[in-house]
Amino acid sequence: MAVIDLAWWKLALATLLILALAGISLQARLGITRTLLVATLRTMIQLSLIGLVLEALFASSAFYWVALMATVMLLVAGREVIARQQRRLRGGWAFAIGTGSMFVSSFTVAVLTLTVVIGPEPWYEPRYAIPLLGMMLGNTMTGVALSLDRLTESVWSQRAVIENRLMLGDSWRHALEDIRRHAMRNGMMPSINGMAAAGVVSLPGMMTGQILAGSPPALAVKYQILVMLTITAGTGFGTLMAVSWGSRRLFDERERLRLDRLVQQHSR
Amino acid sequence: MTRLLLQEVCAGSLKGVNLALAAGEIVGLSGPSGSGKSRLLRAVADLDPHGGEVFLDGQPQDSIPGHIWRQRVMMVPADSQWWFDHVGAHFPDGAGEFVAGALGFSAGVMDWPVSRLSSGERQRLAILRALSRQPRVLLLDEPSANLDDDMTQQLEHWLLEQIRRRELGVIWVAHDHHQLDRVSDRQAFIRGDTLELAHGCD
Repeated sequence: MAVIDLAWWKLALATLLILALAGISLQARLGITRTLLVATLRTMIQLSLIGLVLEALFASSAFYWVALMATVMLLVAGREVIARQQRRLRGGWAFAIGTGSMFVSSFTVAVLTLTVVIGPEPWYEPRYAIPLLGMMLGNTMTGVALSLDRLTESVWSQRAVIENRLMLGDSWRHALEDIRRHAMRNGMMPSINGMAAAGVVSLPGMMTGQILAGSPPALAVKYQILVMLTITAGTGFGTLMAVSWGSRRLFDERERLRLDRLVQQHSR
Repeated sequence: MTRLLLQEVCAGSLKGVNLALAAGEIVGLSGPSGSGKSRLLRAVADLDPHGGEVFLDGQPQDSIPGHIWRQRVMMVPADSQWWFDHVGAHFPDGAGEFVAGALGFSAGVMDWPVSRLSSGERQRLAILRALSRQPRVLLLDEPSANLDDDMTQQLEHWLLEQIRRRELGVIWVAHDHHQLDRVSDRQAFIRGDTLELAHGCD
């Protein structure tokens, strides 16, 4: 089956749909016209640029270029995690914990999948490594951001309960038990729901893209299963680390609740 | 025997607080609102970073893990929190016997839903909850703020008996000077940024 090449001007037709939507929302005063157009523009520019980068990367396939690309992706994801938290840890801790947990989980699972499961030659072959890492990072980022946001927000709103439990002699782990559980669940739910609904309610985007681009469905399905499993594992481990490092940082060595280590920021 | 010893403790605006409590002794603490009474109790319970040293039965605060220190030096805040659905879940196992009959509660109180407690009931239960964990020092922040006169007297009487029997060291914060005259062995006042002790009551 041949892949139908998509001419650039055909994308312009799809853009017309967005413009129509923008026109209607402007008329209905929904107040999202600007955001919609900016997001559309960003998608087109960012993806075009990444297309060029990937073309160049695939052509050279030198390890250091792949490593550089991976580092940039990680740092951007780390910044995004911070931006999604209403209250975050002061002094670089939010960035360090977010980036650290994403690094350990996404990179470990991605490298493991590349070397043991897929096995391209060399293992860092950018055609496999970069998309896999990108999907891992994107989902782990969501999980880490959701769980850290939930953690800091709940600790803030339930500070009286936590302190009363400390007064009664509970350890910091015990006093934070429920909040940690909820934060974990918050971070993991999107990937668990995604797995449960896959193929029944939704056709996952990666698989759809692969089929559109000409892969046989059976192969696309196998890759999709692999990706969903690795994403869930990566998100789970990342969330686990972020929640445990983050909650440890909210208490000091005397197990006191240290809300002075949180700083509020205005969301975008 | 010295139960609790504060040496040059600094908490909030308070500076250089020195205080020694014998086992079974109650020190009444008063001062204008915002003068740092609760801050001082929080420092003694090691809930806030603070200067100076606190010793329990001769052991320095730093030598005991935070949660074990707070198990022994237990603060009962003015507004207690209840996070489980039922009263009993907040108590350690086997506390039912201790609670039954104390401070006007029947044995069934453990099954009461927390949402139905009045503020006075919460306050009395918070004291029972603290004592059921066998502390050695009790830091009481306005323990009778939400109680009527009858219940206040009953609480004072009951607490005095418990404190003497368990040989607890107690810092009792209250606005009501008459109450402090009734219950405390010694009294301390916060003036400005210092703690002043009044001697000669006993």
